[in-house]
Amino acid sequence: MSDKATSVKKKDMTKVVGKPDSMNDTHFSYCPGCHHGIINRLIGEAIDELGIQEETIGTAPVGCSVFLYKWFDIDVVQPPHGRVSAVATGIKRARPDKTVFAYQGDGDFASIGTNNSVHAANRGENITVFFINNTLYGMTGGEMAPTTLIGQKTTTTPGGRKAKDFGYPIKMSEMLARLDGPTYITRQAVYDVPRIKSAKEAIVKGFRNQIEGKGYSLIEILSACPINWGLDPVEAVERIKDEVEAVYPLGDIIDRG
Amino acid sequence: MGEMQLMRGNEAIAESAIRAGCKNYFAYPITPQAELLQWMAVHMPEVEGGTFLQAESEIGAINMVYGAASAGERTMTSSSSPGISLKQEGISYLAGANLPAVIVNIMRGGPGLGNIQPAQGDYFQATKGGGHGDYHTITLAPSTVPEAAQLTYDAFDLADKYRTPVTVLADGMIGQMMEPVELPERKDREEIPQKPWATTGAQGRKGNVIKSFALGGEDLKAMNLARFERYEEIKKKEVRSEEVNVEGSEVVIAAFGTVARIVKSTIRLAQEDGLKIGLFRPITVWPFPGEQLNELSKRVDTVLTVEMNSGQMVEDVRLSVKSGTETPFYGEVGGVVPTPGGILEEVKQYV
Repeated sequence: MSDKATSVKKKDMTKVVGKPDSMNDTHFSYCPGCHHGIINRLIGEAIDELGIQEETIGTAPVGCSVFLYKWFDIDVVQPPHGRVSAVATGIKRARPDKTVFAYQGDGDFASIGTNNSVHAANRGENITVFFINNTLYGMTGGEMAPTTLIGQKTTTTPGGRKAKDFGYPIKMSEMLARLDGPTYITRQAVYDVPRIKSAKEAIVKGFRNQIEGKGYSLIEILSACPINWGLDPVEAVERIKDEVEAVYPLGDIIDRG
Repeated sequence: MGEMQLMRGNEAIAESAIRAGCKNYFAYPITPQAELLQWMAVHMPEVEGGTFLQAESEIGAINMVYGAASAGERTMTSSSSPGISLKQEGISYLAGANLPAVIVNIMRGGPGLGNIQPAQGDYFQATKGGGHGDYHTITLAPSTVPEAAQLTYDAFDLADKYRTPVTVLADGMIGQMMEPVELPERKDREEIPQKPWATTGAQGRKGNVIKSFALGGEDLKAMNLARFERYEEIKKKEVRSEEVNVEGSEVVIAAFGTVARIVKSTIRLAQEDGLKIGLFRPITVWPFPGEQLNELSKRVDTVLTVEMNSGQMVEDVRLSVKSGTETPFYGEVGGVVPTPGGILEEVKQYV
């Protein structure tokens, strides 16, 4: 932390850089070039800016998401794989005055937990969901996810995903936007400064919707997984721009707030 | 205690849960427990801050329970056998994360879809863990409607005291039949224990974490050992059983739940025939009252286990009795309920 290595009195200083107060002073253990760390930080900044550190309860299940409790100095619950929207529902119904968010990968949100994801959205559950889409299962070793692109090679589609065998990349955000329940659904990315700024605004908006009682917000964020994509971090960003966005275009899908 | 009412088992359980301070109830429709859900739909919204939510699935319901329990509120779900199978993942997580919650199983015939008749085929599932991993849930087995109401009430206290899921293991007979019941008093908010570990927002403290996860072997070992220390305390303090007519009986029937109730009729029938038989009834089926049964077995020749399954509790009976005790088994399956006379015929082989 920059403000520890100076002799200037703390009261005279304004923090211009450093970790958000809502985050612990630890190092992320994400792989090089992974976007989870950026997204985590944006969530931390949003919590700080909204002044909700003491009333926020985060939920994160398994895989690359599971260490949320290490990064954040907030209350955190670790649900079973896929059940995050249901667990977040339970917390929110028990503590409607608190701010509850779900942090889920694409396998979690769009495959094993689809039933819970769809119905939380359909109920217009007053929660904020961050859906991290990196087009495969990261922690378990790069297997196909429902979001895997056609032709994409993964450890379970070594010849590339074929629609005939495995269907098509699932478009959860577009699907859920057809429901009457959700308030705000957007797809963002964090690979350059303008997109980081836009993603941050979406995250803040997702929280603000909940605080104002407006209902369900889903912020899908395209994320790089260079290790499992077999690319370097710069190539991974290029892949998002050239290939992933072609299937998963960025921007607000619904905004009924 | 207060007014006496004629209530169906499912409704008595539901109302008793509300009186125990249950604030958040999540479930999915299934026969023969549907009246429980329907009672909650009407009466849970009358509770201040109360939540009734019909979940999208049994899995959704148990995970909503996981969330509400994490947030420190008294919470319950109910279902019947196939639905309880679906909840097992969530129950394992509740146990792993040391969360208090109440799960009601109004058992029906199985396996698979089975039928909607009363059965006791989920004894193994309820008492031996049920989901993955190394855990138990306290499991209470009522044999009447009033007892179902009381044990449901107690289940919330036990769950909070030991930070564990508690199962109320009844069956379709108890769920469906009506009996006079004196419901317990409504608990005040102050009577419910504070939960400083709950995730209620980190106000003036570091963040709390609810998890069943520990990456390192030693860490997970420590979590598991701590849980099993609590189980030892539960075994010391919370075992419950009932003995009826055992003094001077050479044959004692071991039975739980609905079957135990039927055995009480068998005892009367036997008396008319000049036969003396007793009943040993586990009320906690986990922890099983093994020491109590062992003591009893020193005074009898035969412990006949009667169940509505193909022989599940009988394994715990055989582990508990003194060496040399005869331990025959009589079971009815498929949702067929044994009759007092049918059990008596069985007993006569051993007297």
